[in-house]
Amino acid sequence: VNPLSVQRRHLLAAGAGIGLWIAVRPSFAAVPTLQEAINTFAAGTPVQTGRITFEIAALIENGNTVPITVAVESPMTQADHVQTLAVFNEKNPQREVIQVTFGRRAGKAQVSTRIRLATSQKLVAVARMSNGSVWSQSVDVLVTLAACLE
Amino acid sequence: MARALITMPGTAKRGEVIEVRVLLAHPMESGFRPDAQGRVLPRDIITQFTCRYGTEVVFSASLSPAIAANPYIAFFITASASADLVFSWQGDNQLRQQETQALTVT
Repeated sequence: VNPLSVQRRHLLAAGAGIGLWIAVRPSFAAVPTLQEAINTFAAGTPVQTGRITFEIAALIENGNTVPITVAVESPMTQADHVQTLAVFNEKNPQREVIQVTFGRRAGKAQVSTRIRLATSQKLVAVARMSNGSVWSQSVDVLVTLAACLE
Repeated sequence: MARALITMPGTAKRGEVIEVRVLLAHPMESGFRPDAQGRVLPRDIITQFTCRYGTEVVFSASLSPAIAANPYIAFFITASASADLVFSWQGDNQLRQQETQALTVT
């Protein structure tokens, strides 16, 4: 065995390790990932896909104010209603966007607001129903002018 | 006191679902933005919004820095009895604001 090639192999392995370490290290150490934020909201309940509709432009020119409407399919009766609805993002400095709680006399499980988006990313809405089930829906948006940083 | 805009019908039929739109004039300083000197401006946002129908909470929202300046929220309530709708905002730097709007149900 050529000792030089062994050394080279070690060097290559070490190099790959450093690359991986940089890729894995998050930019904000204390900020959870999108999946972690969803898991915290779901609190152990399996997350099912569907029942939520997003109303947001697919191509956003200005990330400083982005109109968004999130609606959950629900009759909103005493027996079957939406308790909480949360929206999370993938690449803003923090994962939370908004979390709303519907009372007994809420007419529709729907909320509209205006949000900030730092870059093109994925948005996820997660809803907890009165029967304990958790539903989610995601949407990908393109942002041309970013918010938060300038 | 920040300026609040509340748009909702003054009267509604019993059982009717009405839309309530509220906006509060507020910069929602995110806490991630540097000023001209490069210092990061401290966070100053509205953190909580609550709407009470009479005494009962009908809608509440926790807001984050990802909500745009002048936080606007639109939601729906079922008109069931004539009562006051009480809107309250809470935020950083001890911000507290409350607005009341009457709803007449026929």
